[in-house]
Amino acid sequence: MSFIATPQSMSFVEPLALQSGAAIHSYALSYETYGTLNADRSNAVLVCHALNASHHVAGVYEGQPKSEGWWDNMIGPGKAVDTNRFFVIGINNLGSCFGSTGPMHTHPDTGQIYGADFPVVTVEDWVNAQARLLDALGIQTLAAVMGGSLGGMQALSWTLQYPERVRHAVVIASAPNLTAENIAFNEVARRAIVTDPDFHSGHFYQHSVVPKRGLRIARMVGHITYLSDDVMNEKFGRGLRDAVTGSVTGYRYSTQDVEFQIESYLRYQGDKFSDYFDANTYLLITRALDYFDPARSYGGNLTAALERATCKFLLVSFTTDWRFAPARSREIVRALLPHKREVSYAEIDAPHGHDAFLLEDPRYLNLVNAYFNRIGEELKA
Amino acid sequence: MSDVTTIQSIAALVPHGSRVLDLGCGDGALLAHLVNQRGCSGYGVEIDDANVLACARRGVNVLQLNLDGGLAMFDDNSFDVVLQIDTLQHLRNAETMLRETARVGRTGVVAFPNFAHWPNRVSVLRGRMPVTRRLPYQWYDTPNIRVGTYKDFEVLAAKNQLRVLDAFGLQDGREVRTLPNLRAGTAVFRFEHA
Repeated sequence: MSFIATPQSMSFVEPLALQSGAAIHSYALSYETYGTLNADRSNAVLVCHALNASHHVAGVYEGQPKSEGWWDNMIGPGKAVDTNRFFVIGINNLGSCFGSTGPMHTHPDTGQIYGADFPVVTVEDWVNAQARLLDALGIQTLAAVMGGSLGGMQALSWTLQYPERVRHAVVIASAPNLTAENIAFNEVARRAIVTDPDFHSGHFYQHSVVPKRGLRIARMVGHITYLSDDVMNEKFGRGLRDAVTGSVTGYRYSTQDVEFQIESYLRYQGDKFSDYFDANTYLLITRALDYFDPARSYGGNLTAALERATCKFLLVSFTTDWRFAPARSREIVRALLPHKREVSYAEIDAPHGHDAFLLEDPRYLNLVNAYFNRIGEELKA
Repeated sequence: MSDVTTIQSIAALVPHGSRVLDLGCGDGALLAHLVNQRGCSGYGVEIDDANVLACARRGVNVLQLNLDGGLAMFDDNSFDVVLQIDTLQHLRNAETMLRETARVGRTGVVAFPNFAHWPNRVSVLRGRMPVTRRLPYQWYDTPNIRVGTYKDFEVLAAKNQLRVLDAFGLQDGREVRTLPNLRAGTAVFRFEHA
């Protein structure tokens, strides 16, 4: 069993200017910390979360033995990122639905639930908010910022927005921006939510309903893209949930029954997700993904964009990840090389697709561990 | 090829403070030596998971790439020295990689097992492919898919307009400059593109 984690919250009154030109004030950020900040405050590691995760990165909650954090296999005492050595911080992003101020909270000016009126937030906005929380914790410089997928984008953005505050960036299964195909998947998910009759233009809270159908489909589409064809075939193949005895094929010859195991699995994942995830949050976070593109203000030149990043980098990709393919990580590596940055890059031959970054794989975890051991050695020096 | 004397012989060909790309860097021992003893900086390129991990443990920069995919990731003349130490013989596109090495580096250093070393010749004269300390594999399971000689490399270098700056053999940790094609198990070439 893992250690006990305790969620915390910090309130901010000072308005946070957002990339869109809007601002948000009177907001709270949920966070957790593991390990101990050392005397010179140099051993802090910020972990950024992806689409459907939170500040609960590692450990379990008191009395809830199955509540492991989403990266519990990576972070903890004696783990790849060793909390006996590092002070690890997980922060829930603005607009999320796990404690930090988001669309289901009340707008301080109107007294109404934000709903669809929650301002559009970007990766850069999140990083700015995270920096404020670190300020409040008295942490000027991070030993490392790390994240996978959308979390990796935040880690990369840290190196551009606050280059002087980051010593190492660990960017896993990520990309310098989304491809058209990736935006397309996000759009299918958003359309599923927005066209759900229970969505009510994002103000469904007042109607005491939840657009669960839309959320289910959004999750089903997303889930397909997080897996690889091989893993899906291996896990489900063409297996039937319960074959009809007496039918030669085992089929029910229905069009609406759940017959294939993969159907059943996706529906289960969709149901589970729609029970806890907020529809407006899903729209906000997928939009943040779509918008992230640090090269955009450099005419699409990623090399020029990354000149500001002065820290050391570890990038990791997974061979069967087609949502954030290895080629996208290699683009980041390639853009750092002309600046003579310290960069390491590993391409893990794992079958699990994009999900691999969350899974137990000794090649992956040992590598991250070796890298963090070096960071630890640097701290001693 | 990662014994101390060999590393020192190769390292001596890399000027202090060089920007280095080590293609097929193995466990990173040579690169670590260049960084720690000669003030060099740069990257190793490796495909093998265990070697990538070993490099990370040593704290040298390693990029996990398949060299058969080429060096498109690297700009022209972006390194002072590009090393191919015991790598050439594993490459399907050895000639392309040699040209790429010359493109990416201002100078290149290549070392590979010399198939014309006399014990190998004796073995072939006896009718059998050599199995030695330097070439320890049977013909049917060797990872060395390109077997060439010191002299062969001279021809290949000339064909690709490479200017050979230095060339010698290595045997038992010592440089062999007389009859290297006969007397050395390893051929070493330092070159630049014309």
